[in-house]
Amino acid sequence: MSILVDSNTKLVVSGITGREGTFHSLRNRDYGTQVVGGVTPGKGGQDVEGIPVYDTFHAAVAETGANTAMIFVPPRFAADSILEAEDAGIDLIVAITEGIPAHDELRAFNVIKKNGRARLIGPNCPGILSPGKANVGIIPAAFFKEGNVGVVSRSGTLTYQIGNVIAQEGFGNSTIVGIGGDPVPGSDFIDIVALFQEDPETELIVMCGEIGGDAEERAAEFIASGVTKPVVAYIAGFTAPPGKTMGHAGAIVSGSRGTAKAKAEALESKGVRVGRTPTEVAELAASLLAAAA
Amino acid sequence: MDLLEYQGKQVFARHGVPVPSGRHAQTVDEAAAAADDIGYPSVIKAQVQIGGRGKAGGIKVAGDHGEAREHAQAILGMDIRGLTVHELWVEGASQIASEYYASVVFDRSAKAPLVMLSTKGGMDIEEVAETDPGAIARLHVDPLLGFQEFHGRRLAFEAAVDADVVRPVGAMLASLYEVFVAEEATLVEVNPLIVTPQREVRALDAKVTLDDNALFRHPENAELRDPSREDPQERMAKERSLTYVKLDGNIGILGNGAGLVMSTLDVVAQAGGSPANFLDAGGGSKAEAITSAVEVILSNPNVRAVLFNIFGGITRCDEVARGLIEAFDQINPTVPFVVRLDGTNDVDGRQLLAEADLPNVFTESTMDGAAQKVVKLAA
Repeated sequence: MSILVDSNTKLVVSGITGREGTFHSLRNRDYGTQVVGGVTPGKGGQDVEGIPVYDTFHAAVAETGANTAMIFVPPRFAADSILEAEDAGIDLIVAITEGIPAHDELRAFNVIKKNGRARLIGPNCPGILSPGKANVGIIPAAFFKEGNVGVVSRSGTLTYQIGNVIAQEGFGNSTIVGIGGDPVPGSDFIDIVALFQEDPETELIVMCGEIGGDAEERAAEFIASGVTKPVVAYIAGFTAPPGKTMGHAGAIVSGSRGTAKAKAEALESKGVRVGRTPTEVAELAASLLAAAA
Repeated sequence: MDLLEYQGKQVFARHGVPVPSGRHAQTVDEAAAAADDIGYPSVIKAQVQIGGRGKAGGIKVAGDHGEAREHAQAILGMDIRGLTVHELWVEGASQIASEYYASVVFDRSAKAPLVMLSTKGGMDIEEVAETDPGAIARLHVDPLLGFQEFHGRRLAFEAAVDADVVRPVGAMLASLYEVFVAEEATLVEVNPLIVTPQREVRALDAKVTLDDNALFRHPENAELRDPSREDPQERMAKERSLTYVKLDGNIGILGNGAGLVMSTLDVVAQAGGSPANFLDAGGGSKAEAITSAVEVILSNPNVRAVLFNIFGGITRCDEVARGLIEAFDQINPTVPFVVRLDGTNDVDGRQLLAEADLPNVFTESTMDGAAQKVVKLAA
């Protein structure tokens, strides 16, 4: 088992004919993901190394039975593409695009929530990898193998760093989910932690947060209210000064809220082990798993 | 992007938010002429993007031409919490019967706009929120529905504004919401929102933060950016499409990915060092981007040592190594570098560095080891 993406995933990629879109679609297919189609308005009927391209999501879904979408189009077109995928009946939408206007994200999020049909991961995220099953996004799969650690993170490379140290300790991953670094992520820690809690393969959850917002604090409450699997957390940004955006649009300390210290304390007060460095997180995870084995 | 008060008021005026009439000035002569035209008493206000202007002496009332000159002279060039005043806004002094607070903010946890109204205007609203949370009326607006008249009425009644201004205050909230949506702002705040003795409602201040990602749809707002007011290193980085934030320490940091760079700053601080900057070279960085980044980092004279922390995913470690070698070729740095390369093509990258045998470049295999090494070198 795993969560969100696996061998049943049938992926259609919006922006497949762009340079990055082509590169990562083919990489995902090489990994074993069923990439059944792409969408580029005006290029319907063409193909990208055998992957058929459609003009609309609706045509792609009708022809291929796709259930998952990956969004790779530039920021100004991305919210529209997300909404088109939702309208076409896609179940899972993974938005990689960085730099989408906040009001566009707000609209897309609220439409998806209101209709209650689709799940959105991202935007501005590295995607989802279920090792040995499917890779949807830009996560470098070579560093990860199958296993029982579920990872959910706001950051891409930080996830690779932590995942790599966990792998060096001899453990693998059920699924790695990048929820993205934007102010309005389609899915929050809570949504993903809930899925890991129900996933029989996942035995331990690693949560990788950063400054800004209160998603980590709310996750702490949620974990206390009924997550029985052990959770280990990491928070980046202890040295970030207030009022400065640290690379991610969502990573900003405003006033006294959203600091790394407040987040770490909120998690620790609910029994979540918080590592002070990526290495410490991996060591904590390894020792908890070794003790459970 | 944060707008200056007068820019915010000009945006307000476009959407029908009532503001006192005023003029922009950059010299003492301009300020005095503006005050003469507007009439006395008029207010000379420092235009800087920071709170507490009044307390710092950056807002003064002038009763005549002589006072207007005197205040403009004193305020121009003044330092307000680290920011130098280059611009003034001169407007007619308003008579104030009541001071309220109003705002529309992007509420991340509710994932909806939050509109707030309070009769405790003119004060630090964070302090009011802590000491007297009941004094702030709050309402989330469904962004798919938009702001309705009943929202305005409900907020005005719940905040208990004076009964005779319920309608105009509600109308002002509707206009502020329109600013928020139409200009794609993430914050629109008025503190104070005043009621005059003639029972007119006006925005006496304006704080507007625009979404940088949406500026392509608002060319007139994009022009309000003034690069000459930005930190020189941050400006240089922006021109090269690098994400750079200047910090107070002496260890230059470069990494790929915002989360990893933040984490690198933390690990360096835990090792006893003090980072000089945040620099995210981004995903898939090519050699030229790395060379460019080294120039930006070294343009800060405080830097005593530099740490490269790369975990290659899309980014290839051999490209990073090539960029560093090129940087040494072009600018011949005098400070030591510690380089940690892991991930995609890491073996090739380390090999390239070993062959180049650059002076004062040390490679480390772990993030923790690299942090300790660079702290030692910067000491």
